[in-house]
Amino acid sequence: MCLSIPARIDKINEDTAICTVGATSYQASLELLKDEQVEVGDYVLIHTGFAIQKLDAEEAEASLKTFDEFRTLNKQMDTEEQKTNKRLI
Amino acid sequence: MKYIDEYRDKEIVRLLAEEIKRTVTKPVRLMEVCGGHTMSIQKYGIPYLLPEEVELISGPGCPVCVTSRTYIDRAVAYSRRDDVIITTYGDLIRVPGSSSSLDKEKANGADVRIVYSILDALMVAKKNRRKKIVFLGIGFETTAPISAAGIIKAQMAGLTNFYLYSAHKIMPPAMETLIDEGVKIDGYIGPGHVSTITGKGIYLSIPEKYGLGVVISGFEPVDLMQSILMLVQQIENKEPKVEIEYTRAVKPEGNVKAQEMLDEVFEYRDDWWRGLGILKNSGLKIRDKYAMHDAEVQIPVDVEPLVEPKGCICGDILRGVSKPKDCKLFGTVCTPSDPVGSCMVSNEGSCAAYYLYNR
Amino acid sequence: MKSKYDTILLGHGSGGKLSHDLISDLFTKHFDNDILRQQADSAVLETGTAHLAYTTDSFVVDPIFFPGGDIGKLAIAGTVNDLAVSGALPLYLSVGFIIEEGLPFSDLEQVVLSMAEEARKAGVKIVTGDTKVVDRGKCDKLFINTSGIGALDKQNVPISSGKNIKAGDKIIINGSIGDHGMAVMAARNELNITADITSDCACLNGLIKSALDAGAQIRFMRDATRGGLGTVISELVKGKNYGIRLAEDRLVVNDGVRGMCELLGFDPIYVANEGKVVMVVAKEDADHVVEILKEHPAGAQSAIIGEITNDHQGSAWLETLVGGKRIIEMLSGQQLPRIC
Repeated sequence: MCLSIPARIDKINEDTAICTVGATSYQASLELLKDEQVEVGDYVLIHTGFAIQKLDAEEAEASLKTFDEFRTLNKQMDTEEQKTNKRLI
Repeated sequence: MKYIDEYRDKEIVRLLAEEIKRTVTKPVRLMEVCGGHTMSIQKYGIPYLLPEEVELISGPGCPVCVTSRTYIDRAVAYSRRDDVIITTYGDLIRVPGSSSSLDKEKANGADVRIVYSILDALMVAKKNRRKKIVFLGIGFETTAPISAAGIIKAQMAGLTNFYLYSAHKIMPPAMETLIDEGVKIDGYIGPGHVSTITGKGIYLSIPEKYGLGVVISGFEPVDLMQSILMLVQQIENKEPKVEIEYTRAVKPEGNVKAQEMLDEVFEYRDDWWRGLGILKNSGLKIRDKYAMHDAEVQIPVDVEPLVEPKGCICGDILRGVSKPKDCKLFGTVCTPSDPVGSCMVSNEGSCAAYYLYNR
Repeated sequence: MKSKYDTILLGHGSGGKLSHDLISDLFTKHFDNDILRQQADSAVLETGTAHLAYTTDSFVVDPIFFPGGDIGKLAIAGTVNDLAVSGALPLYLSVGFIIEEGLPFSDLEQVVLSMAEEARKAGVKIVTGDTKVVDRGKCDKLFINTSGIGALDKQNVPISSGKNIKAGDKIIINGSIGDHGMAVMAARNELNITADITSDCACLNGLIKSALDAGAQIRFMRDATRGGLGTVISELVKGKNYGIRLAEDRLVVNDGVRGMCELLGFDPIYVANEGKVVMVVAKEDADHVVEILKEHPAGAQSAIIGEITNDHQGSAWLETLVGGKRIIEMLSGQQLPRIC
């Protein structure tokens, strides 16, 4: 239950922000993030007109890095498997 | 689009699918309790990517589906008053009540307006001071703080003609009741955006009391596959716990400000859930402090007697006990264009989703 | 006949299942004849030795001006396209105006100029018309109806019914999807959304004629207007002895459309287009047709997006971006902004 989409903050006007998804802009309320440090360039989740949480860029980088490692590891496993007909993991 | 495209990577999805296949050793039933997850799973065709052993079932995560027919009947009654403008999210407009629905009332001349946000509804209230603007508040912990923010704004702006009709509910009681009732679940895919608000604490009772894991998942295909893998690993290692897959959006403590706003405006009450009956402290009621904006308190209407459709087993389906195809009405009398029960009318209801991807 | 509905709902006009039911349960039921039963974009008429295509369409878009066009351009292009996708050469149009009292003359003039320009570009003549003005409030600014007649070569007659479609045929579309519907929605400005979206409204008769003149075996064509690509596909396959497979990664969705759809929870395959034709072409001619279409401005992003299959007869499947599968079903009513 939660159609929310990551949008980039392009401009902040007190407690609202112009946020962009793809090439679409929406003016969202920042009320629920009053206690957070929110800046232009940050990504937030928008749900029915409100930004509900700031996306953690570091966590995102970390998870994407994990996937990249996963992909590399898997390639190695595939090559191993082809050579030895066995799979270690 | 950043933070979206990377999580739709076809190759990663395939790799995760293979890893799930390698890890799972026995059949597992994983339940998701979030309408957004139901939609994503259906939209990306996830079930086709999973090994046979992994079964995904849809739980009561669709706020439209679990809302009582009486709520719609009352909304319909409000809409029939000349002095009322109904403002609502699109999800509710076609839900059948006992004898009518909001879109039928609209066709009959009622002022029913679909809005994207409660802020739009507040604008309507500002522009129509002589009318009573009733906003239909459905949704769980993601949307409730937003309704709270709307009420606070209304009060500060002196919008005495703005009312909320709350059907807001909270998730954890439903998650516990399902297990108490003996529904066979081996793990929960935890709701993604509810958790951005609540944090992970609300789910701790699930592993503690029931020995079942909860993995809080994002909505993109990579998120879902990763979460399913994490659950399967927990099950294989017999280590049930609450984990966050959706780390980029969910902090362990959640959004404290939003929690405070929710607490400021709402208090808990017992509430009726389709399929689950009355769950203690599972619904959100507007506190006395804000009662002047509570539609239930301020706007008297006669509500028609409740008529539940014969043969509709939405309740059982919401509990994961029956499948849509077990329902006698499924696909014949009850279809997405002609829904009888709420599981079919909502895009993310089990029956609607099943109709689309499982034939 | 007892209708399921006491009143007409907006969904009845949205091009999805409700519209279909209204047409079959009321209109074609009472107006029944062999030509109407074909339910094609244009009626194919035989008059002695010649075949004609004949079609009508009404335009009620709000707002009447939007990025990429206006109600007038739509009115011409819509009818020209209905004729062109039947394989006909569009020739003559009629125009009927229903105008709301109080409409600024300059608005009407702008619409008319737009229509004249579009008709000239399409090479069609507006040969007859009608005008009515109604009291303020009795219609929304301006409604336009256009009817059109085109000349149809006998060999192209099967195109509108698609009766020669067979497994192995390829499905082609001439570009991006969802532009018109989202451009209009953004222009309505009810949702506080600014989007860089332009309607794709355009006459396709030139583009289609090139493909036909090249001798390609075109089995079927339909324009993907209300209800979008998804509706054309699900209608096409219903009750047939073939299936359809579309590849989601072959569909082009512009950034602005994508962003707005993500925000509101819309599926681009069901959003209206006004400059898109869906073609089913024999396998051996498909690549050539794509090349021909690409030479036209309205076809720059043409692509093969799927094919007709032997399996899953009667249903259309989408291979999703991540390798999953789901059915393309007819929409029940209109897509609405949702929270879930």
